[in-house]
Amino acid sequence: MIVADRKNVQEIRDMIKDHDRVLLVGCGTCVTVCLAGGEREVGILGSALRMALKLIGRGNVVVDECTIERQCEDAFIDILATRVSEYDAVVSFGCGAGVQALAERFGKMPVYPGLNTQFIGILESQGVWTEKCAGCGNCRLGEFAGICPITRCAKHMFNGPCGGSRDGKCEVNPDLECGWQLIYDRACALGILERLGAIAEPHDWSTGLDGGPRKVVREDQRINT
Amino acid sequence: MNDQPLILAFCCHYCAYAAADIAGSMRLQYPSNVRVLRLPCTGKVEIDYLLTAFERGVDGVIVAGCLEGGCHFLEGNLRARKRVERAKQILSEVGLEPERLEMYNLSSAEGNRFAEIVTEMSEQVAKLGPSPLRPDRNTVEQNFREMTQQAEATIAGEIQ
Ligand code: SF4
Ligand code: SF4
Repeated sequence: MIVADRKNVQEIRDMIKDHDRVLLVGCGTCVTVCLAGGEREVGILGSALRMALKLIGRGNVVVDECTIERQCEDAFIDILATRVSEYDAVVSFGCGAGVQALAERFGKMPVYPGLNTQFIGILESQGVWTEKCAGCGNCRLGEFAGICPITRCAKHMFNGPCGGSRDGKCEVNPDLECGWQLIYDRACALGILERLGAIAEPHDWSTGLDGGPRKVVREDQRINT
Repeated sequence: MNDQPLILAFCCHYCAYAAADIAGSMRLQYPSNVRVLRLPCTGKVEIDYLLTAFERGVDGVIVAGCLEGGCHFLEGNLRARKRVERAKQILSEVGLEPERLEMYNLSSAEGNRFAEIVTEMSEQVAKLGPSPLRPDRNTVEQNFREMTQQAEATIAGEIQ
């Protein structure tokens, strides 16, 4: 899932303080699961923002809340359409895609981000999320015993480890596990260590973000084209 | 009396609420401007309950649960403490003093301790002065009543 966390109350307050009516919009999908932008968090931030605005003499700013199922699909944004016209700004508590989806849909409405979108990751333990994939567009997990060298090695090395791997920890930060130690250990456990003997080919970054925003197209699913 | 801070105490039914009862029957003196809101467990406390109380103008909030290790629901009070910490963080970002919110632990037999906690918190909040968000006194009292009614309605049937 996409993992995000909340912005500081003051940062959001300052983005909206010159508006008169602001709608906070939560998203019921990834950011609800990672406890950043679902109905409950939007309620908390709504309360916090109303208080923070009042304390700077902007108590007359109306701050309302609502949460839709998914901000990154226009069909779900439909139900917001009539409501949004009653406001002069929106704060999206979706991921960065959600914020931009609302901005595209509501061309004349300022849409601000309520969250800092972090990464694609997993729930490691209750309350802890960890990055696992950088969305490189050309997945090579099959070559590396199922552990991503781009995400899990601080230097994104395809032929690791570097000389700084010590006792399973990464030299960049002793709290980090060395991604290459993990690859090595899992390759041993799977009995495929010899596969790592071959030099790994350089990565094809043309499928990555450097070429501008990417698209995935499924011709068989398209309509009206 | 009207100078005393207005404090809302979220009290667990199994300890602090009972202790408040004992404090009452022992006729202990404690500040009168504390309103008790009963919960089945402090684990029921959500961050938005705490913030809503401040938004509605209370000067201070107490969350009072069982002694650590003594929670009727095992760890509700430990979770409540973490939520209180997060709420304090949010309050400081909002621009309110986090000391307006505190969590305490006590047992159902400690009527004295209840009176002490309330006195201590009342003094702590009095030093900070009234909340800058406080509306007029009648509105806050009305808000107190509404919050208590809402809480009682929410927990109806949950406490045997
Ligand atoms: S190789 Fe690319 S797609 Fe696969 S996990 Fe790593 S970043 Fe994600
Ligand atoms: S120590 Fe391991 S994880 Fe860190 S940069 Fe070197 S190979 Fe990558």
